Amino acid sequence: MQPFTTLTSTALPLRTENVDTDQIIPARYLTAVTQEGMGDGLFSWWRYARDGSPNPDFVLNQPQYRGSEILVAGRNFGIGSSREHAVWALTQYGFRAVISPAFADIFYNNSLKNGLLPIRLPEETVGRLLDLVEEVPHTSICLDLPSQTVTLPDFDSSTTGGSEGPWSFDIDPFRKQCLLRGLDDLGYLLDKEEEISAFEAAASL
Amino acid sequence: MGKTLFEKIWDAHVIAEDEGAPAVLYIDAHLVHEVTSPQAFATLRERGLPVRRPDKTFATMDHAIPTRIGAVEIDWPDDAATQVRTLRENCADFDVPLFDIEGDVQGIVHVIGPELGVTQPGMTIVCGDSHTSTHGAFGALAFGIGTSEVGHVLATQCLMQKQAKTFAINVEGALGTGVTAKDIILAIIAKNGAGGGVGYVFEYRGEAIRALDMASRMTICNMSIEGGARAGLIAPDETTFDYIKGRTYAPKADAWDRAVAHWRTLKTDEDAVFDRELTLDASALEPMVTYGTNPGQGVPVTKHVPRASDLDDPAERRSLQNALDYMGLTEGQPIEGQHVDIVFIGSCTNSRIEDLRAAAAIAKGRQVPNHVEALVVPGSKAVKAQAEAEGLDRIFSEAGFEWRGAGCSMCLAMNDDKAGEGKYVASTSNRNFMGRQGPGSRSLLMSPIMAAAAAVNGRVTDVREIL
Repeated sequence: MQPFTTLTSTALPLRTENVDTDQIIPARYLTAVTQEGMGDGLFSWWRYARDGSPNPDFVLNQPQYRGSEILVAGRNFGIGSSREHAVWALTQYGFRAVISPAFADIFYNNSLKNGLLPIRLPEETVGRLLDLVEEVPHTSICLDLPSQTVTLPDFDSSTTGGSEGPWSFDIDPFRKQCLLRGLDDLGYLLDKEEEISAFEAAASL
Repeated sequence: MGKTLFEKIWDAHVIAEDEGAPAVLYIDAHLVHEVTSPQAFATLRERGLPVRRPDKTFATMDHAIPTRIGAVEIDWPDDAATQVRTLRENCADFDVPLFDIEGDVQGIVHVIGPELGVTQPGMTIVCGDSHTSTHGAFGALAFGIGTSEVGHVLATQCLMQKQAKTFAINVEGALGTGVTAKDIILAIIAKNGAGGGVGYVFEYRGEAIRALDMASRMTICNMSIEGGARAGLIAPDETTFDYIKGRTYAPKADAWDRAVAHWRTLKTDEDAVFDRELTLDASALEPMVTYGTNPGQGVPVTKHVPRASDLDDPAERRSLQNALDYMGLTEGQPIEGQHVDIVFIGSCTNSRIEDLRAAAAIAKGRQVPNHVEALVVPGSKAVKAQAEAEGLDRIFSEAGFEWRGAGCSMCLAMNDDKAGEGKYVASTSNRNFMGRQGPGSRSLLMSPIMAAAAAVNGRVTDVREIL
């Protein structure tokens, strides 16, 4: 897993609530037996016209947001299917973090297992970020995992009265360490062999 | 202080909890299907690991397979065939039992688990599928996981998990005629929102829940995830034990008596406290229909599609407006009478024999109009065989429904069962997301009897008028 420490990038504004994983990656991309090729399917219902040409109205196709590694979205991001393909689609496209007021549980967990940083911020803050990046697409956002803060390096908070951050976010301390070091759960679980065997032996009595 | 049912099952399965780390939770049963497992088996191959407990792992194929009768031999889309072949290879190489489409036990993973008696009270059950919550109907802690976690369970039979909070949903009183378990869960989600259960495990309680059969309890727990909760639970009782007794994997003889004695302890203690509670009066519920693009956007069939001006929250207003634009519906319109093009009776929510019997009772002696395409897709080969033994297939066929083989089918449109652009689908499935049932499809979620009524009338109908 790719470690995550800090990231400074422009952001893509997706002012939509309840973005489900069928929107992130439709079922027809799920017939793959590898993780590859998911980036092309990202947001495919919205991103492509039915004839397969890019839909110019969809924010992902707008040149001012090209190269953004941060996605800012409305509440309840990632609801629905457990498909990890949704996270693979986001990371393969180039996103490294998603900011939303609330995430679905399974999507949130899947993100952490793939080095995609899910950041929960209050509704008003996410609204402010959406306003900012819609008005000024080249606004940089800095995500700092060690200090758990989101800042806007282009703004001087001493002159804006603090309304432009910094904002702090919560993350489970264990998950934070895994992200910082690029560790997955499997090694940890394999190290629990003794406890697992003891549990199984007791259960079979 | 006493414990909730969730806490009892949780505590019995935590095998380690290091300072500052999530708990290591032991998994009793792992269900596997063709779509979310190939990359997990690939991880095992890369790391040279075996499946730790193939005897606790059960595989079938359901999502991508064709359900047209005869399609198994003739027209497999290449990619689905590759997935099925990959699953067969993985199961053979790792000694995992596979309920293959060529055998007689195959079906939707959440239909066959209970049918086989794999699903039992007090267990932890996972699957790379969000509707794993279905198995909570038996008092099992069951939830969906991603493919990384599928790999963890294959390799270690364990998962790293943070303990969820508890949420009691009390459904008191008795359901009226024509009102079903599907209406209970759609009403709960309409009230609490599609994200209202995030971070919680639901426990469904109360007189109306106790009165339900197992199929209905599975319908409710199945859609816990649509309310944001990864899992939903119903405490086991005589109804549960009667369902399990005698099934293939159920305990036998003395082991059965010991199991039932243990299962009887699996209920929330009188003095236990839930983190949240919600109470509904079942007698006030009506048949529900969704009008929007998430399962929380539903109304009783006698009511109207909401108006943006009824909503205070700008995000909710935007969400409603987007949904109505996509659905081609008008704010304030009655939902009853909305025309439908397609009717889908099936999915892990509503494809069990009880669902099909109820739908057939409505279809019997009536006729689906020519402009409506109606499908009935049984949840498993066993459901299909039972329905055929009871003559339900003939009732459906005579009424103009197409009778299919077992699988997920038009619930998620991964195979060739896709609703066309702009088509309205009266569906007994669980998700009305944009494009879920085919590119541009418009889903109206409802119960099996409501879907059957919509099929024969060609429009959304209050089934109570034709009972």
